[in-house]
Amino acid sequence: MKFRAKLVDAACLNNFTRVSNMIAKLAKTCTLRISPDKLNFVLSDKVANGGVSMWCELEQENFFSEFQMEGVSAENNAIYLELTSENLSRALKTAQNARALKIKLTNKHFPCLTVSIELLSVSSSSRVVTHDIPVKIIPRKLWKDLQEPTVPDADVSIYLPVLKTMKSIVEKMKNISNHLIIEANLNGELNLKIETELVCVTTHFKDLGNPPLASENASQDRNSEQMAQVHIDIRKLLQFLAGQQVNPTKATCNIVKNKIVHFDLLHEDVSLQYFIPALS
Amino acid sequence: MLEKTVEKCCISLNGRSSRLVVQLYCKYGVRKTHNLSFQDCESLQAVFDPAVCPHVLRAPARVLGEAVLPFPPALAEVTLGIGRGHRVILRSYQEEAGEGARHGLGQGAEMGWDGAGPRFPPVAVPTDSTVKAMVTEMSIGGEDFQQLQAQEGVAITFCLKEFRGLLSFADSANLSLSIYFDGPGRPAIFAIKDSLLDGHFVLATLSEPDPHPQDLRGPELQRPAPQLQAHSTPHLDDFALDDIDSYMIAMETTVGSEGSRTLPSTSLSPGLQPPCSPGSHSEEEDDTEPSTVPGTPPPKKFRSLFFGSILAPAHSPQGPSPVLAEDSEGEG
Repeated sequence: MKFRAKLVDAACLNNFTRVSNMIAKLAKTCTLRISPDKLNFVLSDKVANGGVSMWCELEQENFFSEFQMEGVSAENNAIYLELTSENLSRALKTAQNARALKIKLTNKHFPCLTVSIELLSVSSSSRVVTHDIPVKIIPRKLWKDLQEPTVPDADVSIYLPVLKTMKSIVEKMKNISNHLIIEANLNGELNLKIETELVCVTTHFKDLGNPPLASENASQDRNSEQMAQVHIDIRKLLQFLAGQQVNPTKATCNIVKNKIVHFDLLHEDVSLQYFIPALS
Repeated sequence: MLEKTVEKCCISLNGRSSRLVVQLYCKYGVRKTHNLSFQDCESLQAVFDPAVCPHVLRAPARVLGEAVLPFPPALAEVTLGIGRGHRVILRSYQEEAGEGARHGLGQGAEMGWDGAGPRFPPVAVPTDSTVKAMVTEMSIGGEDFQQLQAQEGVAITFCLKEFRGLLSFADSANLSLSIYFDGPGRPAIFAIKDSLLDGHFVLATLSEPDPHPQDLRGPELQRPAPQLQAHSTPHLDDFALDDIDSYMIAMETTVGSEGSRTLPSTSLSPGLQPPCSPGSHSEEEDDTEPSTVPGTPPPKKFRSLFFGSILAPAHSPQGPSPVLAEDSEGEG
């Protein structure tokens, strides 16, 4: 197993740092999947995560000037590593004035992802910062749980409003209730609702637009006014929204009523899918 | 902020009411008077001499300040050493949580200087690697230093928090910082000097563990420092419990001439015993948890007294110990 990559472009570095900051906000521990073309940050829907799952994908050639990897075997040419997300974002934070950044898989008493940063310095000599991030190699038998999730057949797909607005609303709602109802229809309307014994608060978003439906037949059957709703834990939604520092290029919400809500975001060239299951 | 509003400052001692009076004469006729209470206590005079230290580094405080920037703010200790090619290396030092913590994927304890636990019995439990802390290392070229007189491979570990503190002080005055050091366990002296003041900050350094528990020699015994390879750790193991008591730091400021030496009041820890002959203090006797060995301080491996009255030692040493500073006799 081998992995080494080099990043020299400042814009790519900023972008990669942003992705890593986002992942750090979404998941304390996550899996990094390295394959010849892509890097994925994966969180599988275990009970420990509260059933939340995440799949973030980026094309390595959009970031790295050099990228070499050798997976576990020729047929299974991938590497799955488990790491503490915050370590990576902290390591990248020190790379703000970097001339070059190298990441490689090393073994220093235990497997590590070593991030080596060559800093721009005033003097002639270079300064090098090295971070050894401890990782756990995930054995092949567990890989099946860490595959790209299948996008469910949604009852409603809708484009999301400005995430920052959504986040500030959900933040206030969290003070009132832990359960949130998210519902949307094919008329571009999305509602966020909380209900308690004393009060019921609903925020209505209109004219959001719906992405074109996958199948033509379904569109005729459905009443475009009808709402599909899911009851979810408000904290999970807030955690997801808090991770989005920048408004994405494209943001879609897919609702499978009473089952799951699926967020599909595109941040420039990084895609993020986030699944929040319904409360049982 | 203070510079903008304060025109004059007057400091006096009111013996009758035992108050240090600080009066700030501010703009618009505003006068702020602070009555600070104080107490007499014994002052410690640390015995140290930069001249006997074989190694010295000197660099602008700003350079060193930038060098410690990548380390997490919560990191307690850092190792400073000289790597190959005369590069100065700073590396985060992690105190391991338990004996199994550094053994990675279930390998047994390895003796010696490779960094994996000293004398503990092999632990077969595979540990969760992701729970281990991230290790950060900063490597600076020797050219950034105004003076670099140290052999390759030498390394010392000291308190990063206090290092950061004195760096920001030195940086604010735009001074260079000189570091005089010897081997692990010997105090490291951080010195700054300008026309107004001369400061020596003495910090304790972690000593290396005594690999032969039955060898009851004093803290002055040191093994040669492990080689510090470029990009690799100065492999310091857990250290001997016996040496903890010999650490203390004091700040000494001389104003102008050598003659007038005023030491800040440093409150003596109640547990600190008068100096005794080395070798008689308790040593670790077996391979069990450090905290179970009687008569030795708890596992926080060293404590430091920067400003003694403000920062009381976290753990008082319990055993008798060789002391590097003599009690001053009756001096205020």
